[in-house]
Amino acid sequence: MRGHLLSIDDLDRAGIERILDRARSFAEVAGREIKKVPALKGRTVVNLFYEASTRTSSSFELAAKRLSADVVSVRSVGSSVEKGESLKDTVQTLSAYDPAAIVIRAPFAGAAQQVAGWTDACVINAGDGKHEHPTQALLDVFTLRQRLGSLDGLEIWIVGDVLHSRVARSNILAFRRMGANVTVCGPPTLIPRQIEALGCEHRTTLDRLQEADVVYVLRMQHERMRESYVPSLREYAQRYQINLERLREGQLLMHPGPVNRGVECSGAAIDCAASLIGQQVKSGVAVRMAVLYELLVGAPALQAVA
Amino acid sequence: MATEPLLSRSALPAEILIRQAHVLDPRCGLDAPLDVLIRGGLIAELGEPGATRPPSGAAVIEAAGKHLFPAFSDPHVHLRTPGQEYKETIATGTDAAAAGGFCQLIAMPNTSPTVDQVSVLEALRARARQQASVPTGFLAAITVGLGGEELTEMAALRDAGALGFTDDGRPVVGAGMLRKALQYQRLAGGVVALHEEDPSLSADGVMHEGAVSARLGVTGIPSISESTMIDRDAAIARYEDARVHFQHLSAVQSVEALSFWRSAGARVSGEVTPHHLTLTDEELLGLDANFKMNPPLRSEADRRALIDALRSGVIECIATDHAPHARHEKEMPFEQAPMGTTGLETAFAALYTELVRPGLLTLPVLIERMTAGGSLYGLRLPRVAVGEQANVVLVDLEQDWRVGESGYRSRSGNCCFEGRRLDGVVELTVAAGSVAFAAPGVLRTTLEEVS
Repeated sequence: MRGHLLSIDDLDRAGIERILDRARSFAEVAGREIKKVPALKGRTVVNLFYEASTRTSSSFELAAKRLSADVVSVRSVGSSVEKGESLKDTVQTLSAYDPAAIVIRAPFAGAAQQVAGWTDACVINAGDGKHEHPTQALLDVFTLRQRLGSLDGLEIWIVGDVLHSRVARSNILAFRRMGANVTVCGPPTLIPRQIEALGCEHRTTLDRLQEADVVYVLRMQHERMRESYVPSLREYAQRYQINLERLREGQLLMHPGPVNRGVECSGAAIDCAASLIGQQVKSGVAVRMAVLYELLVGAPALQAVA
Repeated sequence: MATEPLLSRSALPAEILIRQAHVLDPRCGLDAPLDVLIRGGLIAELGEPGATRPPSGAAVIEAAGKHLFPAFSDPHVHLRTPGQEYKETIATGTDAAAAGGFCQLIAMPNTSPTVDQVSVLEALRARARQQASVPTGFLAAITVGLGGEELTEMAALRDAGALGFTDDGRPVVGAGMLRKALQYQRLAGGVVALHEEDPSLSADGVMHEGAVSARLGVTGIPSISESTMIDRDAAIARYEDARVHFQHLSAVQSVEALSFWRSAGARVSGEVTPHHLTLTDEELLGLDANFKMNPPLRSEADRRALIDALRSGVIECIATDHAPHARHEKEMPFEQAPMGTTGLETAFAALYTELVRPGLLTLPVLIERMTAGGSLYGLRLPRVAVGEQANVVLVDLEQDWRVGESGYRSRSGNCCFEGRRLDGVVELTVAAGSVAFAAPGVLRTTLEEVS
């Protein structure tokens, strides 16, 4: 089958579970001394990154390599992209190498979907503008499942700059699909009008944060102050920073990274036992292996791994 | 004004007998099958159906079951000339208009260079005289280079034939600058047409702000970006007793503002596009840049308010805001792609299919609104009456077509109706007394019959 992963909307609950079950067996591979399986031997994966990225690009690269694929990584800096080549021309050029998959990160909503129209390769959205970041959502669900078994009935709060966050959008959809209730919380300037259409609650204070089982914190970028979304990072931190005073016993803390220590999260909270942040990064490779496997090899079970 | 308001290339006056078409011209009280005889480019006779003998040399069209309307008037098109002829030329743009049933066009001045001085306007008018298949007039800019800083020589531009003034594509941001333009209108004359948008509210928005933009993570343009500027500028217009036209209204709040200020005595009018009347922001879920325009497609509530306003006459006319862009431009990622859709070839069929067929608007009201645009700028209304210059369109309402199936006459294919099946095929357009468009076979076969 030739599918794409462009949006969490491409997956139903069973589809998410299938990928995450497979990710669990890939996570076991990561515990071995030889971390490679031959599933994608002889096939090519192109990573096309038009935005700076540490976690996502390195984990996609590692995931493809651990599946034995040949990996080509193209970054906008120093590529023909910088010389003004259009996205379409770049994709068609790279498609000449007959890649099995193209992983794309771009600062524009819908870029991955457009790429899917221009290539025969499977396209994986590694973040398109403020639209979606489906593999982040999958690895976050994976991390929670590893810890809690199930998301059914879980109360998850997503705190911070929801307006500019593709992670928030994909995660609201994925958490909802897996049976959790989602509340978004942040300054009114950073909560999109009609966000409730995504099936979540919204609040402007942390007063009822106690109700959350999981507190998912978003990155607060410094430039939001210049644009007057918040008057100062100090005021933001006063109202919205997640710290040990605000977290209660038993709550779990997540963050997609990179963290601004002391802004959206206190350093102590990041490093506390309730923090799943390190686990999220670790999950990234296994989940991206599972996504590549799902799209390029398909449904039959995990003999390749065993 | 001595200068001709509209220009087109010279063409032979039409000699055609259109037999037994159902003639509908609400302004002339016509709604019945008639024979329409056009001689020397004028409507010579309106006769009992089937009773008129064809004079020698006239083409005959047997049009029983088809409809004949006064041809349409579009007060808002972008012909991209001068400077962006790769998107559209006067020839291709007016050919598209002819195929859509239009007999009058008013082109916007946001070209490259901007139509902000007499020499540019004169050159453009000269080109229209050579190339335009449909009579075309021009607006000039309100401010030099659309920069919002310096008034154009409005009086000289009027003398050179500008029908009015607009910085379309951009608002006049400064209230003081607009006030001066409206004061100067007392000397120069001409309607001042306004693209209303508060840039501090639109910011970097690229679609309607609402549930769909929240889902897509695409920055929205709030409805109040348009309506607050209408409120501001209508207040200035009333204070200066100026004549102002609001372009491409898109939001329920804008309709409320227009309605309020008109009843408060301001001399204000408004236009609405076929796409805002037929589509909503739900179309953008696929992030197809052909649905990206400014103002953006808004919610169903906005669409309904626009239809109500068009029906009641709060909004006087339809304008396509025909905005061609090259394929490679529209293939950019959604947020980067330019704003605009073509509309001349689909306007009537889209509105007939989406508004008249479902009973949201009557056919006579649609015809009135599609013919009124030019009259707001002082152009003569197209009318089906003996002695008038022939400006008529013949349409087969029973025939449907798929948009884009046979390409476009416009140089650009960025049509938001691409792929849709629409009812209503234009078979013949007579503009200013000459045949501007005839569908294949319409004139030829009948000529054979005559000979």
